[in-house]
Amino acid sequence: MGSQQVVKSIEEINARIRSGEAVVVTAEEMISIVRKKGAVEAARKIDVVTTGTFSPMCSSGAFINFGHVTPTFKAAKVALNRVPAYGGLAAVDIYIGATEPTEDDPLNKVFPGEFRYGGGHVIEDLVAGREVVLEGSGYGTDCYPNRSLVKSFTLADLPFALLCNPRNCYQNYNCAINLSDKTIYTYMGTLKAKGRNATYCSAGQLSPMLNDPYYRTIGLGTRIFLGGGEGYVTWHGTQHNPAAPRGENGVPVRPAGTLMLQGDLKQMSSRWLKGISMQGYGCTLAVGVGVPIPILNEEIAAFTGVSDEEIFTQVVDYSHDYSHGIARNYGEVSYADLKSGRIEVNGKSVQTAPLSSVVRAREIAETLKKWIDDDGFELGVPVKMLPNGT
Amino acid sequence: MYKRIYVLKFPKENIDRPIICKLVKEYDVEFNIIKADINLQQEGLIVLELIGRKANVETGLSYLRSVGVKVEKVAAGIRRDDDKCFQCGACTGICPTTALSIKRPEMAVLFDPEKCSGCGLCVAVCPVRAMAVCLEERVALTAAG
Repeated sequence: MGSQQVVKSIEEINARIRSGEAVVVTAEEMISIVRKKGAVEAARKIDVVTTGTFSPMCSSGAFINFGHVTPTFKAAKVALNRVPAYGGLAAVDIYIGATEPTEDDPLNKVFPGEFRYGGGHVIEDLVAGREVVLEGSGYGTDCYPNRSLVKSFTLADLPFALLCNPRNCYQNYNCAINLSDKTIYTYMGTLKAKGRNATYCSAGQLSPMLNDPYYRTIGLGTRIFLGGGEGYVTWHGTQHNPAAPRGENGVPVRPAGTLMLQGDLKQMSSRWLKGISMQGYGCTLAVGVGVPIPILNEEIAAFTGVSDEEIFTQVVDYSHDYSHGIARNYGEVSYADLKSGRIEVNGKSVQTAPLSSVVRAREIAETLKKWIDDDGFELGVPVKMLPNGT
Repeated sequence: MYKRIYVLKFPKENIDRPIICKLVKEYDVEFNIIKADINLQQEGLIVLELIGRKANVETGLSYLRSVGVKVEKVAAGIRRDDDKCFQCGACTGICPTTALSIKRPEMAVLFDPEKCSGCGLCVAVCPVRAMAVCLEERVALTAAG
């Protein structure tokens, strides 16, 4: 790092944000800036690169405190709109997970199941301001004698609601294909038999962690766009794997790093938190996330200049290999290939479809840029960096 | 060239007769099967796109009715709720007629009702259930009711 020609600190960049002088561009805009001016000049000129991603993200959920009642009640079993939540935290603290289905959902009994409503939808209903019904039962104690509770509330009525996603923002993900002779229904969408389509789920060149491949700037305390409001990176996510294989540009070519994210649910929006039903798989939540990357030096400028042609992932068979833990792939493809609509697998041309919204990812990056430019959104200074494998 | 989509309901006593075959041979109508649900001893249902000269399609349909097949026309009755749709693109991998497609390089997900065959595959595939089918008859009933 000592050999860098440009050296800036996050504090210096924040001072420029406060004085209205900071130069902010999106990760897409940064590509041509780095190509035209080179990384050193780009690092001098640009202060912040904004990123974005909006896609289904399992391992999401919310901590809710629904307030004490009279007579007092301690939740043993609890459900929101008939979706079970976890009550084993305290009297009126619960956690609702995004993938929890409704109590009487037929699941996959009639295959493929529809999974019309689950934890992700409860969270969407809350942020949309809709009323949610809590039904709970307790076993009764001297201090909490109440044995059952039915209570309706909106998000505004709740004393506390925190979106807390243990794993979001996967740094790269597989391209899924189905090489069996029947259609399969997966968390990567519906995959036609004999490899007739392929799905992928990343914002590619706009994606937060693909623009900071070694987590040089993203750490605990990084302030972000989360679900339409302000959130924070609060830890590395579950399954965080910095040791995944990487290309020469440092960008992982397999699923690698992840982030744990938190933010006050009350300032978020249902435009950026959407309940998801994946046919035959289950429910989850689509989460909008945007991370601002401070351009501290030319190395980070070069990283944020990465484009879809330089980001690769592996093609994985989800009919057998994935479910049997077989580490085999059917080649590597770039996100430019994937976004073109066709890739080649086993010598055959295969149609591709995305699961991650590039249009919305771009809107997040633009929104974050606007927050910094117009609203003085300052960058968080990480108090601890994420594990980076070294 | 005349091209329309029809829902054909076959009475169970006709299920084993080569009706569609005759439609092709005698009325010079091409067909594209969009959906078929045929079980012996039960009423069968086929969603068929018929392609041919308009007069041929119409006489072919008269023939179908004459052998007891109930014929319903499908309007391009799939609608997208643009407030729900977040343009992920999952539907584009499953749409057989490219009515759902991606505009590049923006990666915007477009829906062209003119190209929609009404097969309904997108309805269950859409992660936010933004696509809804409404057959012409049902729309009329709702409007009347």
